[in-house]
Amino acid sequence: MLITVVETNAANLASVQAAFERLGCDIRTTSDPATVREARAVVLPGVGAFGPAMRLLRERGIDIALRERMAASRPTLGICLGMQLMLDSSEESNGVPGLGVVAGVARRFTGGVRVPQMGWNEVRARDAAWPWSVRCGDAYFANSYRLAWESGACAGWSVMTSEYGGAFVAAMAKSDGGILACQFHPELSGAFGRSLLAGWLEVARC
Amino acid sequence: MLKNRLIACLDVRDERVVKGVRFENLRDSGDPAALATRYEAEGADEIVVLDVSATRESRGTAIATVRALRRVLGIPLTVGGGVRSEDDAAALLDAGADKVAINSASVAEPALLTRLAERFGRQCVVQAIDAKRRADGSGWRVCTHAGTQASMWDAVEFAGIAAACGAGELLVTSMDRDGTGAGYDTELLRAINERVDVPVIASGGGRTPAQLSDAIHAGASAVLVASILHDGGSSVGELKQGLAALGISMRLERAA
Repeated sequence: MLITVVETNAANLASVQAAFERLGCDIRTTSDPATVREARAVVLPGVGAFGPAMRLLRERGIDIALRERMAASRPTLGICLGMQLMLDSSEESNGVPGLGVVAGVARRFTGGVRVPQMGWNEVRARDAAWPWSVRCGDAYFANSYRLAWESGACAGWSVMTSEYGGAFVAAMAKSDGGILACQFHPELSGAFGRSLLAGWLEVARC
Repeated sequence: MLKNRLIACLDVRDERVVKGVRFENLRDSGDPAALATRYEAEGADEIVVLDVSATRESRGTAIATVRALRRVLGIPLTVGGGVRSEDDAAALLDAGADKVAINSASVAEPALLTRLAERFGRQCVVQAIDAKRRADGSGWRVCTHAGTQASMWDAVEFAGIAAACGAGELLVTSMDRDGTGAGYDTELLRAINERVDVPVIASGGGRTPAQLSDAIHAGASAVLVASILHDGGSSVGELKQGLAALGISMRLERAA
């Protein structure tokens, strides 16, 4: 299966690429909006800062392509910053609008914890609609900003949460599993991450 | 809740893993990709690779090692040794590193950390600090160039500056304890942890679960081990089980 990774320049793609290759996929990168809109399975990867990444997407028209493909329920995976870009905005880059696919603002961790959050944290599905049988596990995080969890957040999405200075959204998925956004790095999350990527691929293949 | 990490460290020279005592007498301990794969299977939370050859000519082989590791590893990979510029860091990240550890170059010029954090994000930027106790007991001095040169910096003071400039994590090695199995320098760890709010990795001297646990209690978010793994004295799994038995929160699922 061919995976199309959105090129955002700052992102380090090698880990994502290697993880999908281990699952038998081929990888291509693109910054062409038509390709992003139509590709079978798209990954929006996750390293760098919110503002520069969002500006780059907008300059190339990829923001519109991503919104359109998600509105059409085409398989899309956002990782770390890639998940935050789906929100309305981020405290990391005030005044820069995100894709706005999910209502909410990424804010810096509070509650006296060390920032960045660096390491493995337990994640757990909050509701019965989580699309895959693996409903909890340890996932690898490397982030300073997150979407705090509050009841009613992420309406229309099934959510995994985790705890770090309070509850936050670790992952969210559409109930058919086609659109998945992870605050953690599934490509670096060992066996748990591999099973989640395999689950998303299974949906993307259909 | 965030778990504490056990990090397996590979000192690599010319595509082979080597390990010494107090930064000297390097011994050959095996193939990096084979060892790293074994450590991941045993439950290592992260792999750190330090290129200890650190000459310009050998940089190409370090990149080849990183590529080989990336193909097989499904856990985070930090790479350091001889990183002097943003371009050096970019080459390692492109090859498959998730984080880059900087040592001598940012001790000489802390602003390098700021440029790296702006370009790659601070979660990619690890400041490695090699600290040596002053003979008069008045603290620790930062050493550079694989421990061969003493800088002007006090280790605790420099830790604060590195974190403020853009390091997202500190890898703190006690040169006095490195390779000795005498336990981490918990006084050093405690002093640095009080100064910074970024995560700190304890390195140098850890061999038993009790010593690893002491470092966590001194505020370290992660403990780094090398010699004990390479010489077969213990395994990643045994150390993590030992830590868990001491009440330390660890990730215990194993890679499939």
